[in-house]
Amino acid sequence: MKIGTPREVIEGEQRVAMTPDSARALQKLGHECLIEAGAGRAAGFSDAQYREAGVEVIRGAAALWKASDVVAKVRPPTETEARRLRKGQTLISFFQPGDNEDLLKLCAKKCASVIAMDMVPRISRAQKMDALSSMANIAGYRAVIEAAEHFPRFLTGQVTAAGKVPPAKVLVVGAGVAGLAAIGTAVSLGAIVHAFDVRPEVAEQIESMGAEFVFLEFEDDQDGAETGGYARPSSPEFLAKQLEKFREMAPEMDIVITTALIPGRPAPKLWTEDMVKAMKPGSVIVDLAAERGGNCELTVKDELITTRNGVRIIGYTDFPSRMAQQSSLLYANNIRHMIDDLTPANDGVIVHDMEDDVIRTATATRDCEITFPPPPLKVQAIASVKKAPGPAAPTPEEIRAREVEEFRKATRQQVGLLAAGGLLMLLIGAWAPASFMQHFIVFALACFVGFQVIWNVSHALHTPLMAVTNAISGIIILGALLQVGSGNWLVVILSAVSILIATINIVGGFLVTRRMLAMFRRS
Amino acid sequence: MLSYGLVSAAYIAAAVLFILSLGGLSNQESAKRAVWYGIVGMAVAVLATIFGPGTGHLWIVFLMVAAGAWAGQYVARRVEMTEMPQLVAALHSFVGLAAVFIGINADIELSHVLALKANVPDTLTEIGRAQWLKEAGLAGFAEKLAHKDAVEIAILRVEVFLGVFIGAITFTGSVVAFGKLAGRIDGKPVQLPGGHMLNLAALIVSVILGLMYFNGAGIWALLLMTLIAGFIGYHLIMGIGGADMPVVVSMLNSYSGWAAAAIGFTLGNDLLIVTGALVGSSGAILSYIMCKAMNRRFISVILGGFGGTSGPAMEVEGEMVPIDADSVAELLKGAKSVIIVPGYGMAVAQAQQSVSELVKRLRDKGKEVRFAIHPVAGRLPGHMNVLLAEAKVPYDIVLEMDEINEDFPETDVAIVIGANDIVNPAAQEDPNSPIAGMPVLEVWKAGQVIVLKRGQGTGYSGIENPLFYKENTRMFYGDAKSSMDEVLKRID
Repeated sequence: MKIGTPREVIEGEQRVAMTPDSARALQKLGHECLIEAGAGRAAGFSDAQYREAGVEVIRGAAALWKASDVVAKVRPPTETEARRLRKGQTLISFFQPGDNEDLLKLCAKKCASVIAMDMVPRISRAQKMDALSSMANIAGYRAVIEAAEHFPRFLTGQVTAAGKVPPAKVLVVGAGVAGLAAIGTAVSLGAIVHAFDVRPEVAEQIESMGAEFVFLEFEDDQDGAETGGYARPSSPEFLAKQLEKFREMAPEMDIVITTALIPGRPAPKLWTEDMVKAMKPGSVIVDLAAERGGNCELTVKDELITTRNGVRIIGYTDFPSRMAQQSSLLYANNIRHMIDDLTPANDGVIVHDMEDDVIRTATATRDCEITFPPPPLKVQAIASVKKAPGPAAPTPEEIRAREVEEFRKATRQQVGLLAAGGLLMLLIGAWAPASFMQHFIVFALACFVGFQVIWNVSHALHTPLMAVTNAISGIIILGALLQVGSGNWLVVILSAVSILIATINIVGGFLVTRRMLAMFRRS
Repeated sequence: MLSYGLVSAAYIAAAVLFILSLGGLSNQESAKRAVWYGIVGMAVAVLATIFGPGTGHLWIVFLMVAAGAWAGQYVARRVEMTEMPQLVAALHSFVGLAAVFIGINADIELSHVLALKANVPDTLTEIGRAQWLKEAGLAGFAEKLAHKDAVEIAILRVEVFLGVFIGAITFTGSVVAFGKLAGRIDGKPVQLPGGHMLNLAALIVSVILGLMYFNGAGIWALLLMTLIAGFIGYHLIMGIGGADMPVVVSMLNSYSGWAAAAIGFTLGNDLLIVTGALVGSSGAILSYIMCKAMNRRFISVILGGFGGTSGPAMEVEGEMVPIDADSVAELLKGAKSVIIVPGYGMAVAQAQQSVSELVKRLRDKGKEVRFAIHPVAGRLPGHMNVLLAEAKVPYDIVLEMDEINEDFPETDVAIVIGANDIVNPAAQEDPNSPIAGMPVLEVWKAGQVIVLKRGQGTGYSGIENPLFYKENTRMFYGDAKSSMDEVLKRID
């Protein structure tokens, strides 16, 4: 199949859906790769690099769309682009089928298959093609970088000869992929980071990134997680409590990064006008939810504004595009993994398997029909497992009681064993003759010594232990030696064979042990 | 000729030396000295017996010892370290066979002595009778037998019977274990129709034969029982799968000791008893440690197969993500700390040399590289340690499960080489798993896990391993040795 990538036509979009690296991987799957001339320039990939990777460079978008069986791009197609689709062609791109109904109808009318990268389900198997996560990761990183650019001070604390610099305080609202990436970046720049999320189970992830989880004192069930690893709308009481906490924190914070989104709804307003007013001059707010109206009431989409009290609010929506090379590399890899799954036999033949959960969910149109919205997943998405309430932690008294109980049990067991053993000895002693008992004492003591000695043998030396016990169990040769002097020839022959094999045992066992032990050496 | 007193003194010295020899295995350095204690002890014991009272036909003895010694050193020099399990099993079978022969000898001698005793003229005094027996040609062991009274002879029969019974099981069991370990018999559990009922029936028949033998049924009962016990040993070990071999080998080790001890009772030889008891308890402890490491009861291992599961296994979701040598090399170059978990697959692929070279290069780069050894990794207790030692891996970076399990979360890369069940998270996460509760190495807590495996599919036990599907796991398919060599080419 021919996989083609056109130049992105939306103004300011710098990403590209195919890189020379991803093209090489696609060719390994048996596909041919095409690219429109100049498509990678903005992301830092020249046509020559593509040619070197074996990609055919085609002039003009129309020619490329015509030559490709599969078109892979970043942004949803414009109307012009969608009109170029033809029957049997496959389009792989971001699509937002929920918001682009007309576009969806147009693609279905053209009888082309559309795979929407933003519909890839969040299950572990599909993570490698989860472009939303890849982009969110970049957005989170870039949000901190943008904030740092506009923030007039250091992020890290320093003690210099000229005076002390306190570290910047950063609040990250919403600890999804973007939020966590922002936390990680801000922490590594030296800021003190606080983070909030409605899903209490992410507290652990937040803390693992080095930030402090903002804990809400709230009676009711705080769990704001819904299936699919996304948040669900919170109750009004909870929201009020949350805003109260933010209001309290606002004067303290130097940088606020908001990433709170609920699927299929406008972004919740979490950072109100009065909070912005309460912030210090020079503070920066980065609103990653600007696309959907913003978490901050004052956010203006795609713009950087400065409020009257000197707070900057960044409402850009093109963070991934601002790091075009990085995002192109990751996005192209997501596409490549998607095509990998679409090419099960690695023979360059696309099999659009609608039985496959991931492919089915991502498919928006197919065979002239709209297949959106997809049916619910057969496999549950990540983070949907409700934690069963764990057993209550034992109190110190309980622990003590258990220890005492265990000690008693061990004592009982030991005494029981000793008593049973003693009784057995008495029984044997009452019946067996003295000569037997003499040997029996030796036997019992030897077992005891054996148990005591063997417990101390190092784990690593268990094989040499077996070899050496093997060798000394060749002591059975003594029995044969004592019998070989017999007058009966059958006895002599059997003893002779026994001596032979016991000697093999002794010599073989000791030599092999020595060989093994000589190999153990310290570094 | 040495006197009884001197021989006894030699035996005491030998017993003490044997105990020191086992005790010395508590660490690698003292172990090297400890083997010499064992060797000296054995030499003292054998020489004292040969030159002590009651031996004869010395030319046969020297011939056999010379032949045995030559064969023993030949085997010991030739054996590959990966073949240690087979060798150990083979040597166990020798002890078992020797015990059977010596037991049968004892019975032959006993009937001979009893026949003679019946012919002693009643008119003789106590001293006269002893003289008469001596003139009849009794010497050594037979002479000792002649002094036994009725109760002692009854006990002797019990001892002979037990010694032969354990010896025969040890013999055939070890032969089967040898076959399985050497790959000459299929490693899968095989049982005749009837399964363990057949073993039970054989055991009952043996007991009945034993009772008949104690009541003077004669040598045929003993020989028949030997055959039946041989069958039990064969059938028992045939029914146990490859993954349980560490327990089986330790168990046979233990049996060979008990067989020697039983023979010691028969012959009234304290050194045999002491040594047999030492070996027997050593094997018993090893079996116990192995069972504990698999969270299984000894009985259920011996009865073969995994115990019943209590419900359906947890669904494994996700996907096995393959990785190639380039990426593995990159990962390793980027890692600060690495833990390697070897399993039987490493031994099969003979990959230990390549692994050792990789470790050397990584350590030269200043990375922390360590090995984590699960107690039941391989087919013999401590098998992995020996293989790594052979490949010149220093033993102080080879750690036990308990020592290293907590370190996985701080480890960048964990490499699993040909191991499966011992790194299976199902043991902790899935209460319905057949291995639930078995202590495992928590490799999945490391930043990145690389699993070297020949192909997709489950391991020996046939249990699905969720580790392979974890997000931080990458599967590196192929023969472990060639895979390692590929990685080596990319790291200098």
